[in-house]
Amino acid sequence: MSNTAFDIVQKARSNGRQTGLDYIHALLPDFVELHGDRRYGDDAAIVGGIGTLDGMPVTVIAIEKGHAAKERAMRNFGSPHPEGYRKALRLMKQAEKFHRPVVCLVDTSGAYCGIGAEERGQGQAIAENLMEMMALNTPIVSIVIGEGGSGGALALAVADRVWMLQSAIYSVISPEGCASILWKNAKLAAEAASCLRLTAADAYGFGIIEEVIQEDGRTTEELNAFIKQRLRDTLQELKTESELTEKRYARFRKIGAAPLAAPALTQPQEEINE
Amino acid sequence: MSFLTFSLRDKNELEKGGRSRLAAMADENEPSKECPNCHQSIPLSELWYNNSVCSCGHHFRMKARQRLKMLCDAGSFQEYFGDVTSSDPLSFPGYPEKLSTTQSASRETEAVVCGRAAIGGQPCWLFVMEPYFMMGSMGTAVGERITRTFEAATAERLPVVGCTLSGGARMQEGLLSLMQMAKTCGALKKHSDAGLFYLTVLTDPTTGGVTASFAMGGDVILAEPEATVGFAGARVIEQTTHKALPKTFQRSEFLLEHGFVDAIVPRSEQRELIAKLLLWHREEPHE
Repeated sequence: MSNTAFDIVQKARSNGRQTGLDYIHALLPDFVELHGDRRYGDDAAIVGGIGTLDGMPVTVIAIEKGHAAKERAMRNFGSPHPEGYRKALRLMKQAEKFHRPVVCLVDTSGAYCGIGAEERGQGQAIAENLMEMMALNTPIVSIVIGEGGSGGALALAVADRVWMLQSAIYSVISPEGCASILWKNAKLAAEAASCLRLTAADAYGFGIIEEVIQEDGRTTEELNAFIKQRLRDTLQELKTESELTEKRYARFRKIGAAPLAAPALTQPQEEINE
Repeated sequence: MSFLTFSLRDKNELEKGGRSRLAAMADENEPSKECPNCHQSIPLSELWYNNSVCSCGHHFRMKARQRLKMLCDAGSFQEYFGDVTSSDPLSFPGYPEKLSTTQSASRETEAVVCGRAAIGGQPCWLFVMEPYFMMGSMGTAVGERITRTFEAATAERLPVVGCTLSGGARMQEGLLSLMQMAKTCGALKKHSDAGLFYLTVLTDPTTGGVTASFAMGGDVILAEPEATVGFAGARVIEQTTHKALPKTFQRSEFLLEHGFVDAIVPRSEQRELIAKLLLWHREEPHE
């Protein structure tokens, strides 16, 4: 099975994948959605609420791309506005107050680039999430389920554990954006994708994520059951941890603290176990 | 002679008293720069003396060391963390060459200069980003230097003054660059939770991952006149929305109007205002 980085980019983006809401319904059948940021509005690109994971109440926040054309447009193709990030932060603060763990499901090509988003402080909204999530006194697990597009993805991924699905991507810039800036040619996206080291295997190799969740060889039901079990076990474990926020800071503090050597380019994905 | 080499010569010769101001200004071969606002031609030495501000008020980009000289009490700046440099963690094509040419052209080792200084007698830690080093882009070294600046300030219970200028996270270091947003924000949050003061000056341009992290985390956020400050690039927004953008879009004045900066402050007033704010946030000595 040969998978170029760009093949994985296309898989991560494909409409056939499970979206945030698909996972929410599979993992938390009793999910109740809570809307709005209490500041400006409600962003349909981010879905948040409460549900129980085998009896344990959790706050879940997901970026939702939608499936059908009309739904995708309504969800702004999974590109959140500032009010989406502010809603997410409101729900995380609520989770902290009531001692619920937080699960974030990340799937976005990036925070929305538009006039309204800039007027309402897209940069400020993301920055505030990064700061507040670092100090949030309740466990956070983030899973990149499809696209992890830059700051708009990181704004829901300052967590105690970050996992990626096998064919998810996580990148500082889209391959197209990288190619058009560096080589003035967006058609070189495939080359850019391999240079950017944006696959789950790469992120694992660099020590940026804790787990790669295998998709190959699992049915959708098996995959969801596996994620559910891993989440339950991990959240139980994190709930008993002391100095959680100190450990969360240390997790990010070490990234880029010392010169790093690149891991081998051809890292077989099979060798990476959850 | 390029603007960059001249301004470096300027710094070395004029500042150390090698050439008097008049001698420099009498140099007929001296290159000049055209002001994009009033279109007058300004000799570079004059620009240097006016902190890179045209007589019409247009603020040119300013090298980090010139800005430090403008802000800090004479002789008070001590540089730290200058030995923290970027490696090439992704083996990204062309990146080591780009780093080495940028280092020799800018005479900086990375895109931010950090250290400890006094402003109006008030001790503080500072970081100032460098336009002539890959437009202030943030890779691991920039993230690490800024993180260490916040950590040092927290340990010493001192405020931080940060002058931001950046095209965003540095692509050539991939996801490791992106993670610097979280890392710097974590260090800044710890500094803030310790009850310490952080002031940012947003300068042209402050965009992308820097806007979406430590630039917007200040207790007080100042901006230079007409600086471009935003998250997404204007060209990207035009392509996404197919709308023409107003001329003032993503300028400091636009951010002030929408409530995202505290004040727009020209260079001539920055030192005095920052000194005053530092004084007002000084920790009272404990009995």
